[in-house]
Formats: sequence, C-alpha cells, structure tokens
Amino acid sequence: MRLALTLASRNLFHDRLRFIATLVGIVFSVVLVMIQMGLFLGFGQMVTTMIDHATADLWVVPKGAKCFEDPSLLDARLANRVRNVDGVAGVVPLVIGFSDWRQESGEMTPVFMVGVDLREPGLQPWNIVDGTVEALSERGALAVDRSYFDRLGVNGVGSTAEIRGKRVKVAAVTDRIRSFTTTPYVFVDLKNARMYTGAPPDRASNLLVRLKQGTDPEKVAQSIRAEVGDAEVLTNGEFQSRSRSFWLFGTGAGAALFAGALLGVIVGTIIVAQTLYSSTKDHLGEFATLRAMGSSNSYIYNVIIYQGVLNAVIGFCVAAAIGLVVVEATARSALPIVITPSLMAGLSALTLIMCVISAIGAIFRVVRTDPATVFMR
Amino acid sequence: MNDAIIEAASVHKTLGAGAGQVEALRGIDLSLQRGELALLMGPSGSGKTTLLLVLGCMLTPTSGSVTICGQPTKDVDKEGLAKLRREHIGFVFQSYHLFPTLTAAQNVQLALDIRGERGRAAVKKSREALAMVGLQNKVHSLPQQLSGGEQQRVAIARAIVANPSAVLADEPTAALDGENGQAIMKILKSIAQERSRAIMVVTHDPRVVPFADRIIHIEDGRLVDANESEYKHLPKVTALKM
Ligand SMILES: Nc1ncnc2c1ncn2[C@@H]1O[C@H](COP(=O)(O)OP(=O)(O)OP(=O)(O)O)[C@@H](O)[C@H]1O
Ligand SMILES: [Mg+2]
Repeated sequence: MRLALTLASRNLFHDRLRFIATLVGIVFSVVLVMIQMGLFLGFGQMVTTMIDHATADLWVVPKGAKCFEDPSLLDARLANRVRNVDGVAGVVPLVIGFSDWRQESGEMTPVFMVGVDLREPGLQPWNIVDGTVEALSERGALAVDRSYFDRLGVNGVGSTAEIRGKRVKVAAVTDRIRSFTTTPYVFVDLKNARMYTGAPPDRASNLLVRLKQGTDPEKVAQSIRAEVGDAEVLTNGEFQSRSRSFWLFGTGAGAALFAGALLGVIVGTIIVAQTLYSSTKDHLGEFATLRAMGSSNSYIYNVIIYQGVLNAVIGFCVAAAIGLVVVEATARSALPIVITPSLMAGLSALTLIMCVISAIGAIFRVVRTDPATVFMR
Repeated sequence: MNDAIIEAASVHKTLGAGAGQVEALRGIDLSLQRGELALLMGPSGSGKTTLLLVLGCMLTPTSGSVTICGQPTKDVDKEGLAKLRREHIGFVFQSYHLFPTLTAAQNVQLALDIRGERGRAAVKKSREALAMVGLQNKVHSLPQQLSGGEQQRVAIARAIVANPSAVLADEPTAALDGENGQAIMKILKSIAQERSRAIMVVTHDPRVVPFADRIIHIEDGRLVDANESEYKHLPKVTALKM
C-alpha cells in the first residue's frame, strides 16, 4: 500500500470516536439521499403502472390531460374514426374515474374504477390469482387486489358490496396492483364502468390504440391527430413521461423528495468537512514535519484527500448495506423504494464528491499554517 | 571544489508583527562545511532555532542571503524551498516529531516516499538507515513502544536516509539522559565524518561539546566570539568508529 495511504488510514482510524462520528454522518446522509431518490424512482414507476400494463402503442387523450388519472372525458365516437386510420390495428375506449364503494357493513370507501372493453386487448387486470378476466363481463362483476381486502371489506371471489346503489360482486382477485394513492383500483367492464362513474355512454376517458406491426407510431399519430380534433395523441412513452412529470413535479412530490436529498447531501458534507477539518488540525504537527522533510504540498493534499476517499468508501459500503435492507423491507409496501444500479453508481459518485469537497476546508487549514511555527516552540 | 554546504550572509530575521515584533537574527554570516559537526550554542531566546530554520529554508530571511550547495534561495517560492530541503537538508528536532501511527521503518521510509522513492529499494534503504543508528531490531515498533533515545535515533535515520548534504538538529539530546545523548552525538559525528555531511547541532548541553569540530556562539541574534575556556578542559572526540 502507498505510504501516504497508510498514513491517511492510520490517522483516520486512530481517533475511533471521530471516525465513527464521520461514518455516522456519511451513512446518515447517503441513506437519506438513497431513500429519497429510491422513493422518487419508486413513485415514478408506480404512477405509470397502468400505462405500463396497457396494450397500447398510442393514446388518444382529452386535450390537456395531465396523467392517466385525469378525470376529463372525450367523445367516445372518435374511436370509429381512429379505427379507420391507416396502420391502426385496434382501438379500445377506456373509462376511469372515482366512485364510492359501500361495504356490506355500510362503510363507504372511495375507489378508482378502471373500465375497458374486456373482449379486446387493452387494459385488463394482470396477476390474477383467483377468478377470471372473462367473469368480469357479467353484470356487477369486478376485480380487486387482495392487498385491499380489508379496506373493501371483502375476502375473495364471491364477496359482495354496493356501488351507486348497484350490487357488485368480486369475480377476480389480483396480486400487487397497488395504487400510489390511498384509493384502491377496481377493474370492471367498460359498460359497468360508465354506470359506476356516471360517465355518459358517448364519452370515454382515453382511447387505447394498437398499431399494425411495422408501422411508424409517430406517422400514424400524425394521421390520427387529423381525425380527432382537439384531443391529443401521445405515444406510450410520451404519456408515461407526462404522467410521471405531473405526479412528480406538478404536485411538488418530486421537489420535496429532491429537497430532502439535497438536505442529506448538505448535512453529510458539513459533517465530513467538520471532522476532517478537526482531524487535520490535530495532525498539523505531522503535516509541518512532512513539510520540513521537504514534502511537496500535493503530497500533503493527497494524504488529506485519501482520508476523504477512505471515509467515502467505507461510508458508502455501510450505507449501501442499509439501503438494501430498506429496499427489502419496503418491497411489498404501497410505495416501494426502488434502487437501480445507476442510482447506486450515482450515489457512490456523490459520496466520493461529497468527501473530496469536505477535504477542501482541511487543505486550506494546512495551507494557512506556517510549518516553521511548529518547530519554534 | 567549494566545501561550503550552507552559507549565510548578513542574515536578518524579524519575527512576529506589530508590538510583538522581535529581531531574532541581526546580521549573521556563517558557512557550514562538508564533513564538520558544528555546535550552535547560546542563551535561551538568542535565536538558535530561528537561525537553524533559516539555514534549513523553513524560514526566509528578512534580509541577507542563504545559499544551499551553491544555490541562492532568494526569490525561490515555497515549493522550491521544499524541493531544496528534499534534496539537501535533513532535520532532527528535540521532540522527535515522529508519526505516532507509523512504525519506525515506515517513519524512515516516509522520507523516501515524499521523494518518490518507493518499493523494495526504499524498504531496504530504510532498514539500512535504522541499522546505522542501531535499531535493526526495532523496525516494526511504533514510536510509543520506543524509548526517547530510540525515538531520536529513528528521527536521525529519517533525516539521513535520503542522503542529505546537511543535517540540522535542534537540541537533539535535550530530552535524553547523558548516555542516550552521547549515543546520539556519536551517530551524528560519524555521519559527518564517514559520509562527509555538514552537521549543525543546536545545544545547551556542555556534554556534547567534545563532539564538536567547531562551536558557533550566538547571543541576541548575533554571532559572538565566545570565551571557549569554559569548555577547554573537556577532551576532544575526534575519530569515531561506530
Ligand atoms: N512567532 C514569534 N513572534 C515573535 N517573536 C518570536 C516568535 N518566535 C520566537 N520569537 C522570539 O525570537 C527570539 C529567538 O527565538 P528562538 O526560538 O530562535 O530562540 P532560541 O535560541 O532557540 O531559544 P531556546 O534556547 O529557548 O530554544 C526569542 O526572543 C523569541 O521570543
Ligand atoms: Mg530553540
């Protein structure tokens, strides 16, 4: 090992208490940033779940629709015109909206209806663990996620409740189709959806457009735009990013997460800078000795920066371990923390930058000291 | 060939600022020769440490000049002065200034590391330097596991491992008992003689006088012709074999 690195590590580990304080600071800050960013990614994934699972190449949405959950409606008859556009393989109207779920006990719970024509691929419930999609076409049939059983007061296929005065019955049960809001998703057939949300028969929330193989989505989108008046035509990707930016930035949720992360970075940098500074102050005699021995300033800076880097490496490893535990623990929650390899890479770079920046204060402290004064006593 | 390793001419040094300003050196002319061990003696506060640091390029003179191996030091920046020290000067201090977390061998090796000398050759050189000061059995000891005399010997090994032209020592024996002090002086003397280095030792200790080739007296920032009679009775140590 390089002697400068040996010196750096010995200096670092020599004062255990300070080293632990530094580590706690780094770990706290990195874990905080990791969780905030993990929530950001998790939220970003959650808000597009429905779009991700839809069998659609293009979406026709009401003008100005901000996200999948947007309550505005468009003319459902546009579907016929879109169907005739060259390159279009199929069009499915989608009706979504809030409704009130009345348990057998009489308790009311708001729910979010997702209604689509179940005979065609569009947006059918996935991860079915009990019952069938086909059963949903029956009158009053619906699919709920088993994670919401308690909230909806049901216990599986066959359970009943009431929506808008109509009797409903659980015909299918899904697994892990959770909403990032507190409102459970309920899948129903298109006709039922209109009934439960109060949408008129000639209105729909969106049109899901499937394209023929080998067609250029951008080109077809252009042709569809000419047919649908002021409704917007978006590719799947465009609708995803529009939804994501609405939920993450339009609502301030993303900004709050980033602010938390920024706070973590600032606190971490200050803690590391502070401990590195005080450690350097304690070792000024040694740095003066190095200087008397004829060492260049850059050699001394290296020793200090090595300390910063060692802090970063050890701190990051501990933080990463904690992060993995957190990921594991939240995997089944409503809002899982998602940690991707690129988030990890970004975090490790951030930790390193944080620790190297913290070394600057310590370096200034050394530069400010005239080494001769150490030997004048 | 000029045998002067360090030359000082009309060196003045003012320390501090404002009301606390002190003229620590007031016109010093001095030349330190290859192969000699010179003692720098004088009362407390007379400017010994200041002079040593000026000669070793740790302090720049307020006026006057210092030349190291023929190289003038005027207008040389801090990095340049560090380079001069690296190439020509080894320091030894009263309180050793060893790195407490490094072993004896690593302390010595550090002097090579800052010079970019690494690897096996550096390890071997450090061992040899420690052997020269009689510490071949203590290479892996930490400073706190060594006696004061041993620590000072590590400091000397560190000062000489890179073969500097001059070794400047500030009261190297002050913290040691008589026996250890004598041992340190013997080592310094042999370095001067056998390796023909210039050695200057600041001291208060009359017991080291016998090792001196020359005694330089300083009082109140000036070199003085001192009455050396008080030391005359001490036998001179000349040829020395370790
Ligand atoms: N930073 C400073 N500011 C002002 N005066 C100083 C400073 N450092 C030292 N001095 C003064 O300069 C003079 C020379 O100091 P120096 O340390 O060279 O003396 P010395 O001969 O080594 O003394 P000692 O034998 O006690 O070590 C003293 O009067 C001291 O008080
Ligand atoms: Mg002194």
